[in-house]
Amino acid sequence: MEEALNFQVIIDNFTYFMIGRYPNGPLGGLGLTMYLAVVSCVLSFFGGLILGLLSLSRYAVIRYPVNLFINAVRGIPLLMVIFWMYFLLPALMGKTVPEATTVIMGLTIFTSAYMSQIVRAGIQGIPKGQTEAAVSTGLKHWQAMLYIVLPQGLRNMIPSFVNQFVSLIKDTSLAFIVGVSELTHVGTQINNRTMAFPTEIFIFIAAVYFVLCFAFTSFSRWLEGRLAWRKSI
Amino acid sequence: MLKYTFDWSIVTSGKYFEWLVSGLKVTLELSAVGIVCAFILGLLIAVLKMSHYRPVRWIATAYLEFFRNTPLLVQIFFWYFGSYKVLPAAVNEWLNSTNFEFAAAAIALTIYTSAFIAEDIRSGILSIPKEQMEAARSAGFSYLRSMQYIILPQAVRITIPPLVNQFLNLAKNSSLAMSIGVMELTYQARQVESYTFKGFEAFTAATVVYLGLSVVITALMDLYNKKVLNPHRA
Repeated sequence: MEEALNFQVIIDNFTYFMIGRYPNGPLGGLGLTMYLAVVSCVLSFFGGLILGLLSLSRYAVIRYPVNLFINAVRGIPLLMVIFWMYFLLPALMGKTVPEATTVIMGLTIFTSAYMSQIVRAGIQGIPKGQTEAAVSTGLKHWQAMLYIVLPQGLRNMIPSFVNQFVSLIKDTSLAFIVGVSELTHVGTQINNRTMAFPTEIFIFIAAVYFVLCFAFTSFSRWLEGRLAWRKSI
Repeated sequence: MLKYTFDWSIVTSGKYFEWLVSGLKVTLELSAVGIVCAFILGLLIAVLKMSHYRPVRWIATAYLEFFRNTPLLVQIFFWYFGSYKVLPAAVNEWLNSTNFEFAAAAIALTIYTSAFIAEDIRSGILSIPKEQMEAARSAGFSYLRSMQYIILPQAVRITIPPLVNQFLNLAKNSSLAMSIGVMELTYQARQVESYTFKGFEAFTAATVVYLGLSVVITALMDLYNKKVLNPHRA
């Protein structure tokens, strides 16, 4: 140990770390991190569901471009996706876009591509006989998918979705780079202001992310165990 | 209506092209250093995690859980801004004498990736039937020698595809190093954008390079799967 650690800086700025200047100003810190993660997660759930279903389409005209898109997004860094949004969104919309929206869009597109793989695997994990039986009772193919296959598949996907949510919480830290004042950004801000406590600040921030992510990781493991147990009986 | 004239020449030749090439070089260097160190560290952690001694297992588990459940960016910031207070003076001195941005990014990427690699290696080892170890032990091999001669050579073969995957993740994750000023590919694309206002061209170029990297490596991996893992499957 070179210098003793002094965590007073954390106690002094605790509310700022947690919620930024809210309610007297915009939400920041951990609150904004959670907001970004939850909104992006909900959007990417639907994005991933749509992409996943389209990537299994019976029509090659739909399947190929969708798979190309999914693999392209999976092949580049998230940071690159966020930069694309950063200057594509204003160009497409013809007006400036708030940084938080840019980040949510970037996270959503990136995570949807990964979620689509979960949806795909979940659907493919349901025996083909189910679709065949549903179709032979008179359901259309899309009805069989919607009412028979998806409800069963989705249940198996839940643990993977939770894992993806954990990745999202971690990925929101990239919002720092375009200047959104979530937890990591607040950390660097306080670090720039106080100068002398970078070690304490980043250990604390890492610990906050860890507690949050570890809780969800454990939850996902518990779910996985429960699902396996239900299947075994 | 969008009024934008494309000028692809800026990213295909001249000064800005050279910036992007130098960025790619740094990205590849960072990824190469990272994957080698992360493999060694990951192997060590995987072995610790399977130890017979509970405290040793706990240490490995704590390591895995902690580094997998914190954002890479925060880890990079920790090593770059905050590590000097917890590292010995000699290490700090050595780090400052090197290219510190690169070193901090390399350390963070190595540790982050090693936690994922350790799990891949562990599941590779666990996929080898237990009887092999028992047979090796009863033939007189020590635990370590059984690992070395019987288990690991087989496990490594199975572990290569996930490792290659981790390498690709590492290459993509190395883009975060730009936040502490490492001049890798994303950093240079950003530079080109701010110097020329040709963001579309700059980011397209960087995107194509990242995609090219993953397409080439994925193709090599498919080949490996076909030739080495399943040579007899039609």
